[in-house]
Amino acid sequence: MQLSDLVFYALAAFTIIAALGVVALPNIVHSALCLVLTFIGVAGIYFYLGADFIGLIQILAYAGAISVLMIFAVMLLLSRDVSESNPSHKKGKYLAALFSGLFAFLLALSIYSTSWDLTEGAEIVDSIGKIAYMLMGDYVIAFEAAAILLLAAVIGAVILARGEEKR
Amino acid sequence: MSIGITHYLILSTILFSIGIYGVLAKRNAVAVLMSIELILNSVNINFVAANRFIAGDGIMGQLFSIFIIVVAAAEVAVGLALVIAAVRQKKSVNLDDYNILKW
Repeated sequence: MQLSDLVFYALAAFTIIAALGVVALPNIVHSALCLVLTFIGVAGIYFYLGADFIGLIQILAYAGAISVLMIFAVMLLLSRDVSESNPSHKKGKYLAALFSGLFAFLLALSIYSTSWDLTEGAEIVDSIGKIAYMLMGDYVIAFEAAAILLLAAVIGAVILARGEEKR
Repeated sequence: MSIGITHYLILSTILFSIGIYGVLAKRNAVAVLMSIELILNSVNINFVAANRFIAGDGIMGQLFSIFIIVVAAAEVAVGLALVIAAVRQKKSVNLDDYNILKW
């Protein structure tokens, strides 16, 4: 086993443990902080894969913006005792664990039994430049549609969170 | 055995299953949104890994994961606004309390 393999396993273990913390911890503030750790671990996986731009976007958008939004909402909605603010269903969680475990097992089985047609090319250099050319070239319609989607989401979020007008 | 595509797919499978568990088992609405973020992240890992190991020197997978991040940001903004609006009416974040057929 090489050192680079160990880095992958460490990153994967960090990500999975943090993700388990998101669903297992009884305090939702701790869950939100574990979510930030999960995002950073996934960003490390992207860096390990050579996708530097995606890793940076992951840290900027997910670990920066989305998790701050989550923590903001948690603080806004918290009204009672924080230590029991993230409960699970009492019986339903065993059923959910069974279902998701079975799902993961079946998916892993099918991943192992598939023969992947790997055509590993050269290491991707200058991914930012290629992404920029594609975003402003072939995929400019999708790029503009994403911009309109974000605008619609901003307006919708403001209108929804402001509540009804008092008449 | 060096790190291949199966390692990444297994990692994203585990993350996806943890997200599924969270969606099914948690009772706090914000926790369910967090679990959906876990699911979207696992899909992103799949895209970037496939881009590295299957697509050759193209960069389509990374491009699509950018779009997924954009859609996730929009989803989380609208979702949290919906939760805030619902909590203002019901005075509870517990999903079991949302048991009415008509608002």
